[in-house]
Formats: sequence, structure tokens, C-alpha cells
Amino acid sequence: MDRVHAAPDLLFRTLADPTRRALFERLCRDGEKTVAELTAGAGVSQPVVSKHLGLLREAGLVRARPAGRRTHYSARPAALLPLTDWTADMTSFWETRLDALDSLIARMDQ
Amino acid sequence: MTAPERRVVAVERELAAPPEKLWRALTQPHLIAEWLMQTDFAPVPGHRFTLRREPKPGVRVVVDCEVVAVEPPKTLSYTWSAYGLDSVVTFTLTPTATGTLLRVEQDGFPPDMQAAYKGARAAWPQMLAALAELLARID
Repeated sequence: MDRVHAAPDLLFRTLADPTRRALFERLCRDGEKTVAELTAGAGVSQPVVSKHLGLLREAGLVRARPAGRRTHYSARPAALLPLTDWTADMTSFWETRLDALDSLIARMDQ
Repeated sequence: MTAPERRVVAVERELAAPPEKLWRALTQPHLIAEWLMQTDFAPVPGHRFTLRREPKPGVRVVVDCEVVAVEPPKTLSYTWSAYGLDSVVTFTLTPTATGTLLRVEQDGFPPDMQAAYKGARAAWPQMLAALAELLARID
């Protein structure tokens, strides 16, 4: 089963690997591909590509569509939304904390 | 190829206090508690501490931290681990005509990449560029 939204740490971990990131970027750019098509140009063997695709799928970044004897993979860029949420959440957190800091500065002795 | 520096979160604020005064607010535990969280911080590289708060009764937020760099009254940085995500927070103080410009930067990187921290940092700009492009295309 494809996951809808993975936790940010899983997404960070999954995309930290350059081979996986390249596969994901290629699927985003070029659309649906089979393992064989992805292996050509990946610089690693087909089993390695399959393993990386499995991890991308577990993180919800890639969708698998079986068609006959082949499986077609496509990107799910919406899975990246939790990352933007983390960034937005932290920005908002610091803005609020800096409001409090501003108010503290006004109260502090020199 | 060397990737340009890029942070995940960056917030700036102009504050009406000289850097030395602001530095106290960033480094003295009783003052940190007034604007950030309860803490056992000490301005010593390698010092491990926590930031704690209880936003509502029964809900406790604990951030595990370690001091990375202390350069009074210019730069302070510490690691920030919460919710399974490790990051580094850096405060940069720049004097202005009327006070201090405080810049807070926080960049996240995956826990298993800490040994290869620089590598992770180098990979971020590419990933974020791709991310920005992808988000623009999401329906």
C-alpha cells in the first residue's frame, strides 16, 4: 500500500541518498517509467534500482502500477508537502519566539 | 561542484538593543526561559542541554540540544533534535544604527547523515531546488 503522507524524518532520510533522489527527480521530470527504463542511465544495477524504488514507495514518494509482467513507477510530488509544512511550522515558531524576545528586550536592564 | 549555502528556515528581526544586551537574552537561562523555553543552557561548545515547555497541561515539548559554536556577541549555534528530526539553529547578530539585526537560521538534515553533515548540507540546495519546482507543479 502506498502511504499518503510520511513523517518528515522518513522523507529526509529517503531523499538524502543521491541515487534515490536522482530516481525521484527523473520520475518527476519524465513521468512514468519501468525499472528497466530507470536502470538505463542510473549508473547502478537493476536490483539496486528496484531496492531504491521500494524505499521511495515506502516513503510515499513513488507510486507503483502493475501492468502485465511489468510495473510502472511514477512520482508523487505531493508526498513532499510535509517537508514544506515543517519549514513553515519552524518559520512561524521563530517569528512568534522573536516577538517574545522583542518584548523581553524592552523589559531588560541595560 | 560546490553547491551554494542554503538554509531551510531563515528568520530576521531588527531589535532595539545593542548586540551585547541581545547576547545576554540568547545565552542566560533565566532570560532564554522568558522568550524561548526553559533550559539548562551554558555557552560552552559541546555542552548538552534541553529546551522544554508545556504548551498546555500534560503536553510536554522537549528539544535535545548541543552547543556547536559560541562567539560573543556575534554567533551562537546549537543542534536541535525534536520529533525525530535533527537540525542546527544558528543565531547571527549584526549591529545596526539603531540596535541589532538578529538572523535565526535552522537547517534540517537526516539523523543518519550526521557523520556526513557537510555532505548533507551540500545535497540540500539541489533537493530544495527540485522541491520548489515540484511544488509549483502540484495540482
